[in-house]
This record gives sequence, C-alpha cells and structure tokens, in this order.
Amino acid sequence: MTVQPDFALRQQARWPSVVAGALLALSCLLLLLAAAIGSTGLESLTTLRDDPVALQIIRDIRAPRALGAWLAGALLGLAGAIAQGLFRNPLADPYLLGSASGASLGVAVALVAMSATPYAGAWLPRLGLTGAAFVGATGAVFLTLTLARGVHQTMRLLLAGVVVGVVLGALGSLVMMMQPEVMLSMQAFMLGSTAFVGWSACAVMAMVWLLCAPLAIALSRVLDGLSLGEATAASLGLPLPRARVALVATLALATGAAVAQTGLIAFVGLAAPHLVRSIVRTTHRRFLWLASLMGGLLLLAADTLARSLIAPQELPVGVLTAVLGGGYLLWLMHRRSSVPGG
Amino acid sequence: MATLVSSTSALQAHGLHAQLGRLPVLHGIDLTLPRGRWTSVVGPNGAGKSTLLKALAQLIPHSGQVHLLGDPMSIVPARLRAQRMAWLGQNESSGDDLLVWDVVMLGRLPHQAWLAGPSPADAQAVEQALRATQAWDWRLRTLGQLSGGERQRVLLARALAVQADVLLMDEPLANLDPPHQSDWLRLVRQLLAQGRTVVSVLHEISFALHADEMLIVAQGRVRHQGRCADTATHRMLEQVFDHRIAIVPVAGQWVALARDD
Repeated sequence: MTVQPDFALRQQARWPSVVAGALLALSCLLLLLAAAIGSTGLESLTTLRDDPVALQIIRDIRAPRALGAWLAGALLGLAGAIAQGLFRNPLADPYLLGSASGASLGVAVALVAMSATPYAGAWLPRLGLTGAAFVGATGAVFLTLTLARGVHQTMRLLLAGVVVGVVLGALGSLVMMMQPEVMLSMQAFMLGSTAFVGWSACAVMAMVWLLCAPLAIALSRVLDGLSLGEATAASLGLPLPRARVALVATLALATGAAVAQTGLIAFVGLAAPHLVRSIVRTTHRRFLWLASLMGGLLLLAADTLARSLIAPQELPVGVLTAVLGGGYLLWLMHRRSSVPGG
Repeated sequence: MATLVSSTSALQAHGLHAQLGRLPVLHGIDLTLPRGRWTSVVGPNGAGKSTLLKALAQLIPHSGQVHLLGDPMSIVPARLRAQRMAWLGQNESSGDDLLVWDVVMLGRLPHQAWLAGPSPADAQAVEQALRATQAWDWRLRTLGQLSGGERQRVLLARALAVQADVLLMDEPLANLDPPHQSDWLRLVRQLLAQGRTVVSVLHEISFALHADEMLIVAQGRVRHQGRCADTATHRMLEQVFDHRIAIVPVAGQWVALARDD
C-alpha cells in the first residue's frame, strides 16, 4: 500500500521551489538592471544597441561585475549555510575558520612585496593579489585544521578558528604598519569590492560554485542528521568523519574563491541563510540552494545600490552589506525576542 | 577467551570498557540482552548507564566486543547497523529549524540510497510513527515551536520511524506527562508484540519495573541482571540505592517508594 502525503504536506513541499523561482527571477531582473545602471544613472538598454562604446562598457565592465557580484554572493551564501549546519550554530559564518584574516595577511604581504619592487606600479597584477588572497585563505583553514587536530571535534575547530583569526589578523596589521603606503589598498580589500571583477574572475567563481554546490547538496543529509546532534547522526549510519572533511573543504574552497575575487564582504554569508530561514523551513538539500541564491541576490542588490546611491561615485559594497546585514540581524533579534517564548 | 554468541540475543557485550575524556566509566561489562524482550537499565547517577547505551550503539570509542543480533559489530556496515538498531538519546541538541515531518523522516535515512529522496514507504513509516506518539498534528510545525514534552514525542517518533529490530532509548520519559508516560508503556508493549527488542535507561524505578528484565549498573559494572519480578532483583535495587528506596507491591504492580527514615 502506498500513502500519498496529505494536502498540507504537498503544499509545504512545493513552497521551497516557489521561493527558489522567485529568487532566480529577482536575480535575473536585477542583473539586467545592474547592466543598465551606469555612473550617469539609468540608461535604457534599447538605445545602447547603436552605441558601440556603451555596449563595450556593458559587455566588459558592468555585465561581468554584476554577474561576479551574484556569484561571489552565491558562494558566500552557500558557505554560510554549510558553516551554520556543520557547526550547528546560527552565528557561524564562512570566515569562521580563519579564512578572512588569512586572506588579509596574504594580500598585505603581496602588496608589500609589490611596492618593494621598482616595477610595481607598471604591472600591479590583480591576479597576484587574487592568488595571494586565495593562498592566504586556504592556508589559514589548513592551519586551523592542524591546530584542531582534524575536523572531528567541533568546539576545538571553532576555538582554533578564532585563534588563527586573531593571530593572522595581528600579523596582517603588523605588515601594514611596516609599510604604511599599502594601507589604502589594504583598506579597500578589507571593505570588499566588486569593482575589479572581470570575466576571468566570473569564470573562476562559476567553476568553484559548480563544484561546491553539488558537493554540498550531496552531503546535505549529513547536515540534516547533525542538526539532531552528533550521536543521533552517527546512529543513523551517516559517515560523519569523511563527510566532515568534505564539508570543511567545500566551505574553505567556496569562501576562498569569493574572498580572493571580491575581498572581505561582510554579513552576506551570515545573513543569507537567516533570510531564507525566515521565509521557508526545509531540509538542507533545498536550504543550501536557497541560501546560495539568496546570497547572490543580496550581494548583487547591495552592489547595484553601492554604485547608484552616490553616483557618479560609489560606496564600497562591503560597507553597504555590513550596514544592511547588521541592521537586518538586529531587527531579526528584536523580532525574536519580542515573540513570547521565542 | 572465546565468546559464546547466543542466537537468541539482541545485543551481547564482552569485556566492554569505555571512558569519557580520561575518566574510565565502564569497567569490563559482560551482558546478554534477550531478543524480543524489554530490558530496563537502572542504577545511581553516574553509574555509566548512558555511556553503556552509547557504547552498545557504537556511538563512542570503546574496547571489547559487541554483537548485534548475533553478528559482531565490527563486520556490520554502519548503514545496516542503523537499519537494525535505533537509538534515542537524552539532551541531544535538536534542530529547532526543522519541520517535525522532516525530523521524523531523518529516521528513514538508513533505508534510503545516498542521493535518493523519500519513497511512499518512507512517508508511510513516518506517518505511522507520528500517529503512534500522537504527534501527527504538529507535522508542519518546527521543533522550536514545541514544548519539551511535545519535542520528546517527536524525537521518539524519529526513533520509531527507523523500524529497527532493536530500539535503544535513553530516558525516553523525560518531559512526558503521566498520560503520555502510560502511552509510552503501551507503545513498548506493541513493539514487543511485533518481536522487537527494547532497551531503555530509566531513572524512574517504578516505570523500569514494568520491563521484562532489569540490568542494574553501578560504578561502571553490571551488578545484577534478572527478571523485574524477582525478589533478588528487588533486593539488589534497594542495595545499589543505599536502601533509600523500598520495592513494594501496590495494586498488582511493583513500585519503588522513597524511604525518608
């Protein structure tokens, strides 16, 4: 005998797909809008067809930047959802394992090395900084894992992440103090920016996303099991040790790729999963997709706002995500504490 | 020494040692828990009851041998073990953001292929389990929206949904009100009638005395194993609790009364 889930359950099961569709549609709309908005305000896409310069601006600058913002956000949203599931902590964010301060240190060292060479100005390679940030971020995660002696004890991993974050952050500051002329560039990196994202950066982030998202989804039932506690997850026959290694690697790769291309963008990885949770309650299999889509939408929206709020100048997008994300979390906290028993 | 493996045992342990951190908790436990029976594990606080249950369920590092339904645990793959033996823990963190339906569906994980979704049979098992613990009405609520007792009934349904032959439960009556404690007793009787084996750690001795067998644990060692109705079991119970309780018959049941003299 087969039993069909009742009507209420079927409705509930459909809801995440509706939300995913809405997030995708909003993202597409916003991508078009972001491509149309320039430093002189909104320009109609239709009149640009006859203007080769404007078309080139859209093709080479605005389109990759908008897509890059979406991809970086999608990576951070995914990484945030993995971190919160893995550490069973709603305050976990993608930078938890020290990757942020590792990336900062990598960039600081690269900037100092470049300013020390006489040819620095001529070939300031964006690629070099990206590589340094990635190496720094992944190196910091490895350091955290080494100090925590593996991934098996969550609390030890969290503490090691905090220690690595503080120590590498201090080292990064020390490097900056020794070469004060790199401070401005460093500040820009730490605030996060999508201004330098080109097609090659988009390709890298898209590839990483295509690798990380399916891997995370394949491990989603482990995250579901872990939400009932480690012992219950183990009693369900889930291969926890191997899955934990794969999840930490996915988390580190997604975060490292986003940080390397766009710097330290605050709050997207923390806020995107929370926003999804406030709209829909579902298992990680769908939740990871939704958090990733939400992260993309958030960062794209923030980037478009950052470019248009004080046009022709622009705000660093990291400042905007920090202000908006922080405000949102405060509102969420207030709303939860005002609900009786909540 | 060769271990004699009984084909009528659900769980058998030989020379089981375990420690929490650096503190040894279990000191060479030997036991045989009969198949198709309800065994309650009792003992003073800190006796090692929960640790024993976790070691039997292979959830903590331990030394010694454990056999599940006649097979050495070391050769039973994790997924098959999870299909045959379900475990309900105490004070485990619970996913407050998950829907009750999804929580109970997690009990079906051992029966699903890695990337496959739930089948109609899974949905049926989940519905049965939720109805058995009277939790069906909350299927679309999140765990965070439930009281302690309601949550316990959902977690019990999660363990039932595994439909395992052996069910290990650590303090399953925690947070349950008296009517639902009685419901739990009825549920256990139904499971036994289906030929399943139940092992429960209970601190309420009067409830534990409803079981078929009693395993009395103290200071990480088995002090006694016998039928709940046996006088020897009652005397040992009184002894491990420093004669601060008395086992007496009341209305056809054995009851533990606290002594204040």
